[in-house]
Amino acid sequence: MGRYIIHRLVSMALTLFFIITITFFLMHAIPGGPFTREKPLPEAIIKALNEKYHLDDPVWKQYLDYWKDILRGDLGPSFQLTNRTVNELIGLGFPITARLGIVAIVFTILVGVPLGILSALRQGKWQDYTTMFIATLGVTIPSFVLATVLIYFFGVVLKIFPTTSGRLTRPIEYVLPVIALSGYSLSFIARLVRSSMLDVIKQDYIRTARAKGLSEFKVIYKHALKNAIIPVITYLGPLAAGLLTGSFVIEKLFSIPGMGGYFVNSVGNRDYTMIMGSTIFYSVILVVMNFIVDIIYVMVDPRIKLMGTKEG
Amino acid sequence: MQVQIDPSLFEPIRGRTDVADEIVRPSITYWQDAWRRFKKNKPAMIGLVTVIIIILSAIFVPMFWPYDYATQIRGHENQGPSWEHPFGTDSLGRDLFIRVMYGARISLSIGLVASLINLTIGVLYGGISGYVGGRVDNIMMRIVDILYSVPLLLYVILLQVVLEKPIEQAFETSFLRVFKGIGSDLILIYIVLGLVYWVNMARIVRGQVLSLKNQEFVLAAKAQGASAWRIIWKHLIPNAIGPIIVTVTLAIPSAIFTEAFLSFIGIGVSAPMASWGTLASDAYRGIRSYPYLLFFPAACICITMIAFNLLGDGLRDALDPHMRK
Repeated sequence: MGRYIIHRLVSMALTLFFIITITFFLMHAIPGGPFTREKPLPEAIIKALNEKYHLDDPVWKQYLDYWKDILRGDLGPSFQLTNRTVNELIGLGFPITARLGIVAIVFTILVGVPLGILSALRQGKWQDYTTMFIATLGVTIPSFVLATVLIYFFGVVLKIFPTTSGRLTRPIEYVLPVIALSGYSLSFIARLVRSSMLDVIKQDYIRTARAKGLSEFKVIYKHALKNAIIPVITYLGPLAAGLLTGSFVIEKLFSIPGMGGYFVNSVGNRDYTMIMGSTIFYSVILVVMNFIVDIIYVMVDPRIKLMGTKEG
Repeated sequence: MQVQIDPSLFEPIRGRTDVADEIVRPSITYWQDAWRRFKKNKPAMIGLVTVIIIILSAIFVPMFWPYDYATQIRGHENQGPSWEHPFGTDSLGRDLFIRVMYGARISLSIGLVASLINLTIGVLYGGISGYVGGRVDNIMMRIVDILYSVPLLLYVILLQVVLEKPIEQAFETSFLRVFKGIGSDLILIYIVLGLVYWVNMARIVRGQVLSLKNQEFVLAAKAQGASAWRIIWKHLIPNAIGPIIVTVTLAIPSAIFTEAFLSFIGIGVSAPMASWGTLASDAYRGIRSYPYLLFFPAACICITMIAFNLLGDGLRDALDPHMRK
């Protein structure tokens, strides 16, 4: 186990190294630099700006400096919103995005897993067909379509929920964005749990459990679910990625001032340091998430062969 | 008691032994077999028919429809659906139906071109990695693992920002000028989506090549002195064609979806052409007064996504029974 964790740590470090390097050089490959405007700035100002942000240094020196800053946790100043640093912007936006994301993850699991179980236990009955029909729609309908439909019906026509959520201070403001954000992953998890549950309840040990005379409740929730839930753990990494990137559009639609909005704006404004900083920030979160998920996965399921312990 | 038995039953069957080994039924090729399985699958057939209808209407409807996607009809602004304008008109008096049809051209072409680029990169990468094996395979797959663990949408956005100017310039100055009619931001999307989402294809091709390369027919080809290129191209890829086709079919809707997503947040295809994502995004601002403007493009995106997914699932069941869930 220890060796496995070290192995995964090394590969995580390598991944982050590549991500930061690639992101840095991609952003520096852009011709024109960050201060190219429709109306060109005077030569002297550009020169002063370049000097201020050390853009006149050779690229390798900028690269090393960027690494130094990153290792101190500093993502540099924003080029467009003067007097703001990327860290400040992330600090403003990310807590809101994280709150939305965590509620969405909890909602996805609390609704998706039971739906999958229900569907598997009632295989071939109307409950199964209804759930799977909705789940199939759920994985094919884009989140922004779902969000606009929700806003239109529940916000504009029925006026039950607010159409804009602001800073997510009241519980009611969570309802529509959370549903829209988790629509895809919820359906995905329901399908995943259904198929793995169907697999598990055919196993011999379930028959043994039934033969012992255990109640159906115990068989399902104590014996079958434990194994059926394992694929859900592997999906947690992609789930987090989906929710983070999905929030770009959801935050825009519900006017939530989160990280996604800042990121999309920074792309629109060509705010290079902010784009670079957010990309790295998101990637670090997700790579670390994947790492944790992998470790949990191995701890939960003893059948998994540990990669890196034997042949490496 | 007498049992009457016809003595002819006991005569040996003459003249038949020589043809006993003959194959009586017509032999069925791989494709005929797949088609037979596919036809029985109702959802898959619905998907196929829908995809064909969408493609045909995207190609032919703009040819005889009386309006153009940019024509602004004075006095017809913001009309609801009617016989003259089945999908209504937008705030500039443009016919939404024709805009959606042009949107179909754009969205479908993005799906197709991006998947073909994915296919090329993925087959080359996966094929080399699987065939060469050993250390090369190890390193190449590590790279794929790294790509797999980062959120690719971020890199789509990043590449779009980075490649925007160079591609624009290339289409202004070099011999690529002839393609300028397509629009440089559309080409940018083709390239970016094509460059980023090949990882899945590479993994599948590699897996197939690994499982095929130790089989006897490959050994036979090697013994006859076939080059590595010939073995990959003529022996391994054709045998892996089923999973490859399935992956391409499923990559098309995800490319369409990604483009719609990008257009919706404002970094996709820009005016005057409009993809479905752009149309939906424009319509969102007026959702309170003109919900139909949003309904039609959004419905088109959903129907296309569902149709391609049904088609892909059906193809998987038909072409590659092993992959069946």
